[in-house]
Amino acid sequence: MSSDTTATAADQAPGGFLGWLDKRFPVMAVWNDHLAQYYAPKNMGFWSFFGSLALVVLVLQIVTGLWLAMSYKPSAEEAFASVEYIMRDVNWGWLIRYMHSTGASFFFILVYLHMFRGLMWGSYQKPRELLWIIGVVIYLAMMATAFFGYLLPWGQMSYWGAQVIVNLFAAVPGVGEELSTWVRGDYVISDTTLNRFFAFHFVIPFVLAALVFLHIVALHTVGSTNPDGVEIKKGPKGNKWSDSAPSDGIPFHPYYTVKDIVGLTVFAAIFSLVVFYAPELGGLFLEAPNFQPADPLKTPEHIAPVWYFTPYYAMLRAVPPIGGSQFPGVVVMFGAILILFLMPWLDRSPVRSIRYKGMLSKIFLGAFAVSFVVLAYLGLQPATELYTLMSQIFTVVYFAFFLLMPIYTKLEKTKPVPERVTT
Amino acid sequence: MNAEGVDQKRRRVLVTATSAVGAVGVGFIAVPFISSMNPSAKARAAGAPVQADVSKLEPGALLRVKYRGQPIWVVRRTDKMLEALPTLEPKLVDPDSEVESQQPPYCANPTRSIKPEYFVAIGICTHLGCSPTYRPEFGADDLGANWKGGWFCPCHGSKFDLAGRVYKGVPAPTNLVIPKHKYVNENTILVGEDEGAA
Repeated sequence: MSSDTTATAADQAPGGFLGWLDKRFPVMAVWNDHLAQYYAPKNMGFWSFFGSLALVVLVLQIVTGLWLAMSYKPSAEEAFASVEYIMRDVNWGWLIRYMHSTGASFFFILVYLHMFRGLMWGSYQKPRELLWIIGVVIYLAMMATAFFGYLLPWGQMSYWGAQVIVNLFAAVPGVGEELSTWVRGDYVISDTTLNRFFAFHFVIPFVLAALVFLHIVALHTVGSTNPDGVEIKKGPKGNKWSDSAPSDGIPFHPYYTVKDIVGLTVFAAIFSLVVFYAPELGGLFLEAPNFQPADPLKTPEHIAPVWYFTPYYAMLRAVPPIGGSQFPGVVVMFGAILILFLMPWLDRSPVRSIRYKGMLSKIFLGAFAVSFVVLAYLGLQPATELYTLMSQIFTVVYFAFFLLMPIYTKLEKTKPVPERVTT
Repeated sequence: MNAEGVDQKRRRVLVTATSAVGAVGVGFIAVPFISSMNPSAKARAAGAPVQADVSKLEPGALLRVKYRGQPIWVVRRTDKMLEALPTLEPKLVDPDSEVESQQPPYCANPTRSIKPEYFVAIGICTHLGCSPTYRPEFGADDLGANWKGGWFCPCHGSKFDLAGRVYKGVPAPTNLVIPKHKYVNENTILVGEDEGAA
């Protein structure tokens, strides 16, 4: 492969089969534009692992999901038993299922870290607004996929979790009831609902893959940023591979592919520990009530969504009904997600990276991260008065990070940004 | 293509007209797809009324029957339970059942029932649809010494009294829904149908 790369770098058309192929499909151009001659900042460091790891987990989820679908039955009568059949009777079924269920949680862990990196590096700022927006759409598609998938085992938590979330639509004034009936395809969560959720759970990951493709195309158009937030394209030109490439850039392949393989190895080790030794992770990744078949007449004593939804769930519970309507809570919950779309316009700071922003930005970003984790914890706990009060406080902190951003990023004194990336 | 001699105005009209017709076509073809996601004829027909036999129901006990896939509760309230109801009124959002959608007119009374002894309700929290837990014991440890029986929703902490009336300061906005029902005979309740035109 390396000899072909060098040949193209010297602007010579490759021969043989690759040459035949390249005349009919731009193999070399794609390879070069996105890997061998895509110049990424040389200082990306630790936080740049998570995007590529998330891509690997997406592939893992699609592959394990396809294999699960070979044995799973999306019907209210058979779903629960078919999952147990996969666990007990299908060769290696337990492994494939645990990889899928663990993969779902890790996908969110990676994406949350990836998003936090974006917030730290200011990756949403001009010219990366669209890149960021595609990312938020990917996050929404992920949440939709996870939500549809959680109904499929047809356990108690599957059933009542879906019941609560679908009823969120019923809170919309006016058309709410019709809307939730339309989503369910029935007056209650039923066989019809399960069947359609399976269809959506199967197809959305492919939409997700297409969105990831757009995300990468947009990234490679504007270029990767880095912990300094310095635009390498605006810096001096010329490095040891090319006279026109940014001096502070190194080819993604082999430098970052090799680096990401190291990250992947460490990740795979952690992932395997969970898959083999703690696939339920103490009820966080697979919740205890989901080992009982769905019972439409009885809600489990304590229900909570899976951990990756609990920050929003805590916010939903934190808002009391206003004027006899649950709608405000629902608005706050969805608002907490949709506000991410506005990030490129909320940040008025003249600098990109948190490194050179002032103290206020650092405090708010820190408070935001803490509020997200605390809300995740509160969303897992039963609603007590103290916890509800805490949820309310941290919901305010969460929104303050966004809504006050235009003010504090303008007010604070920033540090001087270096000309070139630092090492 | 050369733009020379092109009637731009005419071209714009044609592009607009084609797009508009196309959009209408997309609108039409969307109808069957959206409509097909609504409940099927089979699902719509599944709402047949169900009977609940209360002859063997102990005082204070709760019976669950399934109607349209939802839990329906029938509680045989004791005198102690009934006496407690008026005392709770200051703590309730809608003690007089003024929200009309939550019960048929014949249950808009202090006990929210046809016969005071038997309380019938849809066992689905008006907040987000969990099925609340029956907590008939007075002064339950976790619900406080002033608890006079009712339901506690495990999902978000809503509380209802033994007439399904919602407490103030909990997430649920309204009282529990009382379904249409009637007495077929002394001990049999028919849920889903009442004396009025069905």
